[in-house]
Amino acid sequence: MENIEKQIKELQEKVSLLEKVTKDQLSIVVFSGELDKLLAALIIATGATAMDMKVKLFFTFWASAALRDKKKKVTGKDFMSKMFGIMLPKGSSKVKLSKMNMGGMGTSMMKNLMKKKNVASLEEMLTTAGELGVEINVCEMSMDLMGIKKEELIDYPHLNICGVATFLVDAEESKIQLFI
Amino acid sequence: MTQEELNNLTVNKSVDARGTACPGPLLEAKKSIGTIASGEIMEVLSADEGTKRDIPKWANKKGNEYLGTVEESGYFKIYLKKG
Repeated sequence: MENIEKQIKELQEKVSLLEKVTKDQLSIVVFSGELDKLLAALIIATGATAMDMKVKLFFTFWASAALRDKKKKVTGKDFMSKMFGIMLPKGSSKVKLSKMNMGGMGTSMMKNLMKKKNVASLEEMLTTAGELGVEINVCEMSMDLMGIKKEELIDYPHLNICGVATFLVDAEESKIQLFI
Repeated sequence: MTQEELNNLTVNKSVDARGTACPGPLLEAKKSIGTIASGEIMEVLSADEGTKRDIPKWANKKGNEYLGTVEESGYFKIYLKKG
């Protein structure tokens, strides 16, 4: 009898530990910088808030450029950063489709189609995500590599600059982890 | 519920999400369900076929009761009871 009671107590402790570890949370690594993939990430993110899930997006590599604000200008960049700055899309309105871009024609056709079919644009999705409390964490190393400065990022209400540890801790606590 | 029963329901809140595509209707539904009391009825209008499947799943997770869907020409009326 005593043995069973001991086992039950141990199990209870383990269960309560598990409950503490996983939250009703979604973590997405947003890696790709293309319109279609970014849209997918944001639709899942905003949809999850409707389920009352906490959402954390970890923007890294090509996706970081989508967070640039086209109206903001920064000075004091070195040569390589300037070159990268010219080649990378300047914000969410400038990103292209991953397929059928056709020199930009495909992307603009897709945008027109989205408008016609009442699909929110990437810029609108980002605004909505901000209103719904979706957290955006931007990888510091990617920004540094691509010469993106903090001052040129969009004014987003829940934006932080961070490293891989932030993602790992968030992901560990999340029920769902995705890489897009 | 039968189609007739659904049509005769007294709706406490009607959400017209016909101007939005996924995830618009879901976000609208989530926003509006907060404005009604437990036991009250909400109707979501959506032109998006996917919403028909989405809303019942969402309602189930959130502890709200899905009552049924009425198909109109070009859109759907989805009925929920707040849990």
